[in-house]
Formats: sequence, structure tokens, C-alpha cells
Amino acid sequence: MQAKTTILSLPTEEFVHPGTRACTGCGLAIAYRVGLKAMGKDTILVVPPSCLTVLQGLFPIASTKLACLNVTFASTAAAASGILAALKVQGKDKIKVVAWAGDGGTSDIGLQALSGAAERGENFIYLCYDNEGYMNTGVQRSGTTPIGALTANTPFKGKLQQKKDVPAIMAAHNLSYIATCSAAYPLDLFDKIRKCVDMPGTKYFHIHIPCPPGWGYDPKYGIKIGRLAVETGYYDLYEIVNGEFKLTAASEKLVEKRKLKPVREYFRSQSRFRIITDEQIADIQNSIDAKWATYYKKDE
Amino acid sequence: MHIIENGNVAAALGVLLCRANVIAAYPITPQTPLTEKLSEYVESGEMKAEYIPVESEHSALAVCIAASSAGARAFTATSANGLLYMHEQVQWAAGARLPLVMCVVNRAVGAPWNVWNDQQDSISQRDTGWIQMYCCDHQQIIDSVIKAYWLAEKVSIPIMVCYDGYILSHTYMPFEVPDQEKVDAFLPPFRPDYALNHEEPANLNTVTLPDVRMDVRGEIAHGYMEIRYLLQEEMRTSLTVVAEAEKRFTDIFGRGGDPFIEPYLCDDAEYIAVGLGSLTYQLRVSVDVLRKEGIMVGVMGIRFYRPFPDVAIANALKGKKGVIVFEKALSYGYEGALVSDLKSALYEHLAGTGALPVVQNFILGIGGRDIRTEDLTQTLRAATKSRVAKEPVWIGLKI
Repeated sequence: MQAKTTILSLPTEEFVHPGTRACTGCGLAIAYRVGLKAMGKDTILVVPPSCLTVLQGLFPIASTKLACLNVTFASTAAAASGILAALKVQGKDKIKVVAWAGDGGTSDIGLQALSGAAERGENFIYLCYDNEGYMNTGVQRSGTTPIGALTANTPFKGKLQQKKDVPAIMAAHNLSYIATCSAAYPLDLFDKIRKCVDMPGTKYFHIHIPCPPGWGYDPKYGIKIGRLAVETGYYDLYEIVNGEFKLTAASEKLVEKRKLKPVREYFRSQSRFRIITDEQIADIQNSIDAKWATYYKKDE
Repeated sequence: MHIIENGNVAAALGVLLCRANVIAAYPITPQTPLTEKLSEYVESGEMKAEYIPVESEHSALAVCIAASSAGARAFTATSANGLLYMHEQVQWAAGARLPLVMCVVNRAVGAPWNVWNDQQDSISQRDTGWIQMYCCDHQQIIDSVIKAYWLAEKVSIPIMVCYDGYILSHTYMPFEVPDQEKVDAFLPPFRPDYALNHEEPANLNTVTLPDVRMDVRGEIAHGYMEIRYLLQEEMRTSLTVVAEAEKRFTDIFGRGGDPFIEPYLCDDAEYIAVGLGSLTYQLRVSVDVLRKEGIMVGVMGIRFYRPFPDVAIANALKGKKGVIVFEKALSYGYEGALVSDLKSALYEHLAGTGALPVVQNFILGIGGRDIRTEDLTQTLRAATKSRVAKEPVWIGLKI
């Protein structure tokens, strides 16, 4: 097992210039900065329209120091396949191809291309940064918006449907590596990227990204809210390595402790959940408890 | 070497000879035999390329766009709704100035479903910023693919090589397959000015503002409008590069002609039939019949639809009594797109000279409706006598 990266052992080289166009307190800015450190300079990025497009800046100035191809919304994984093919025919197989797409670009419009690339076993890392909505276009619902969240197009009742489980969809593609991460645990993201770099085929990451304007909280609480999602057992950090599911990092420790924070703390920390009732929260708490009971049982 | 094969194989051989090294495709009739042939070349090792069997046409062009951005010579092919499904990527490829070549095996678009030939698919992509070439036979298909790669890489504009589904794609005729050495002499390896790479990182196709903007060194970089202006400007000036391509091709392969139009008995003709693709060869048969009757008619095929060779067309039609434009597509709500473009060229170059011909428009062969040579002959005979109608007339309509 590799040694866990600490803030002291994290590489100092930066691949994102300071002063990006991200919002104050943006969770993506954290995950992106640390994620690129894990990938290093021998990397070509693929990015569809999303908050990351904005973060990267306006022509002719870019905030990213790595080579990057901006592509159409639905085509991220297909474009990654195209770069891989071009590198292969030119004998440049060692260059890593890494796609960064949002949750809309992954769970909705980009799902077909992602499924196709994963089924073909294209050798690249795909990271979905999940801020749980179309934040770049002004906070509309996406496939991964959680039940109960108010958005610009679920304005009064909140989203009525469950969050789409994209890692489970990707697990059905029998990938060598799937991981869930959170912007609140960036070093875990770093270690997971490093761990899977040399694994074959498509590697899928799902990163929970707190979003101050989209979720409705004071920007200084982003890390706290990201951690609450994990500490309440609402969002789990895990890996699926060659089909083997395993809780990791902070979620793994929660199994040892057998103690979750009440999910109410998470829901009451964000204004997007302001219409959710105590009864609804109790239902969600019950489903979390049931899920964790299975985790505890496996641990016995 | 002369062989007898179908039009799709002619296209595949062209791609093989051009040493395209990334191919992505999704099956659609009548394109399938072309891409199946390419997968055969790649799997057998005859062709050193990556073949990506994508899950959609949108992804097929995405693969080509990304591969070309990273320095590969990419190819795809499609038809009908496949091309329409690509439409976003079609525009993107042109905006990103990538020298892709795509064969469009022309087929009617849905709804309702129809798998037979017309040209509504490629004509509907007229305004996307791609060069469009139309082929009349198998020799033109293989030659056009080879010319297209040279031209596309010279001007950094993608090219559609269009040929009629079934009529050309699935019929067999003899054609010459050029030697690899000659193709290599004609078409050097693809060396783009910039290809995505980790050593000189660039961020391609980022958000570009309405106005120009200074870069970090204080130099003014283009705004969106300047970038789009250059696409138009370089598309127009590519007409001279088309002529250069034709000359170069003729020098090396000993075959060639007028790069923009393909006239048949036009010099002494009073009336000219105009069209795109295989139809113009069928029209030659009607012209031969009418000539025997003493009717002075000729045919002009248009080889490049975009950039539109307006000067060549106006010169060829100057002083003629009438022009009869046959189209297997139309701009719904008005008339055929080609006839509108053609009239615009005539107005621009001949208005006030007294040399403006009368122009008539006929729509035919929609959704694969049989085009009988006898109907073409009759239509031409009538159209040379008097103006049939102001609105486009549909040939063979049973309504």
C-alpha cells in the first residue's frame, strides 16, 4: 500500500495559475488544483463546457498550464478517445489523457459517449466533478441533483427524484478502477489518482464538489459542508478496484467508529434544502442508517 | 492499376492511399461498406491506423476532431441522419480549422424514414464552414478523397466528399487506383502548425470574447468575430488553392480538368442543364438525344459547392438563353439551394450585361424516386421551349 500523501509531501509544482475565474470558495478549484498535481505535466486534458471552462479563463489567457482541448458538451469521452488514438499512432503512448467534466456533462448529456468509451476500454482517466446541478448556467437540476434540492427549474417543490448513481452505472462497465472523492478531502483525491494511473482501460472518478452559489452557504464553509456530507454517511468515499468495493479514507474510518453525524446537520447547512421537512430528513436518515448497517455487517 | 469495384471501395482505397491514421465511424446505410472496408484494412495490418468503432456519429466526429487536434490524419464517413446527428461537431470542426475529410454517402433524411438517395443531407450542411465536393463516378470518388486531404491540410478547412448513395456507393464500375508512390508524392505527411502536446501546452477552443483581447505579452489576439471572418476569407481564397490542387493532381496522375465545373457540350449550347453528382452524367444521355433533334443543350456539373465557384459558373453561363437546374434537395419554403446560389452568382457577375440567362429549377429523385432518363429528356425539351413555371417543378410527382 502506498504511503498517504500529506500537505507536506504534496508536490509543490502548480499547474493552475492563481486568480482563476472560479467563484469564491469554489470546491472545483481545490479538486482541480490538487488533481492536476497528481497527474503531472505529461498530461493532455479534455474539457466540455462547464464551470471548468470558466475557471480556465478567456482566450487568449488560460489559467491551466497543461495542454487542454475544449470540446462539445456531449463529446468528452469520445474526444479523449480521439486524442489517445492520435498519441498511439505517433508513438506517444506515455502521455496521459484526462477528462474533467461536470455532473450534467457526465450523468446527462455526456453519458452515451462515456459509456461507449468505457465499453471500448479506452485508456484514460475520467473525472466527473459533481456540484449537483447545472451551476454554470445558473443552477438548474441535473441527473445528480439530490432529492429535495431547490434549483432554478425546480423552484418551489425542489427536485422530486433521486440522485442518479453514476459510479454504479460505470461499475456496470467492469472498469479497472472507480473512486468517489470529495473536494473536502483533496489529498484522498491525489492518492487515488496516483494509484490508478497505470491501471488499464477507463478509470472513473466521481468527486463531490460543494458549490457556494448553487447550494446556498457562506463560501468559507465549503470544506465543512463537504466533510459533513461524508461524516453523516450521506456521500460515501469508496473505491471499486477490479469489481471489489471498499470504503476508503474518512468513510472507512466511520465504519470503525460506528458513529455517523445526523444528516440533518448537512441538510440544514444549505439554503437549497430550505423547504425539506423534518419528516423527509427522517426518511433520508433511515435510508442512510440501512445502508450503513450493511457496511457494519461486512466489517464484522 | 484498373479495377472494377463499388463506389464505397473507391472511397476506402482513397483513404488507405492517403495514409489516414485515425478512423472513427458509426454504421449507417449506405455508408457501411466503406467503413467496413476500412476496418478490414486496419485489422489485416494493411493500413497502419487506429479504427475506433464509436457509439454514435456525434462521437465519430468528436474522435476525428480530437485526433486531428493532436496531429493525426483523421477520417470518418456517414449518411443522412448520421450527418444530421453530427451537425454540432460539423460546425465545431470548421471553427477549430481542422483538416478532416469526411465522405458523405448521400441519402434522404427522415422523417419519414427512407434509406434511398437524395442530397438533402449534405446540402443541409452548406453553411457549416466545410468545403463540399460532389462526385459523378468512382474515379472521381477516389481522386476527390486524395485531392481533399491535400487541399484540407493546405487551407486548414475540413472537406466533405459527397457521392450519391447506391447510385455510386453500391454500383460497380472500372476505375484506376493510383500507385502509392504517386499519392505519397502528391500528399506529404500531415504536419500541422500546432498539435496538442504536453511540451508546448495550449488551451484550444477556449471561450473567446466578442471583441479582441490582449494576451499576457501585450499582443492583441483575435476575438470570435475575427476568427470567424478568417474562416470565410480563407474559404473564399481557397478557390485558388482548389485550382492549384487540380493542377498538381493532373501533373502527377495525368488526370484532371476544370477544377470547379465539369462542362459537357457547353461551348455552343444555348441551354445548360446544371446539377450536382451522378445526375449530371445521366443528363449527358438526354443531351445527346436532344442534340440529335437540333436542340442546342449542354450539361454542367458543379464539383465544388462550397466554396461556391461563382465566377467559373457565371463565365460558363454567360450569354446562354436558359439554365435548367436539377436538384435532389431543396430549401423548404423557397427553392433548391443550388439554384438560389446560382442565380445570385449570375446577378452578381452578369446583371446589366444583357447576358443573363433565364433560370428554371426542377426537383427530382427525392427519397430515391427513380430518375428516368426519358423524363429528363422531356423536361429539358420543354424547358428549352418556354419557361415551365416560376416555382420549382417536381419531376415525376404523383399527387
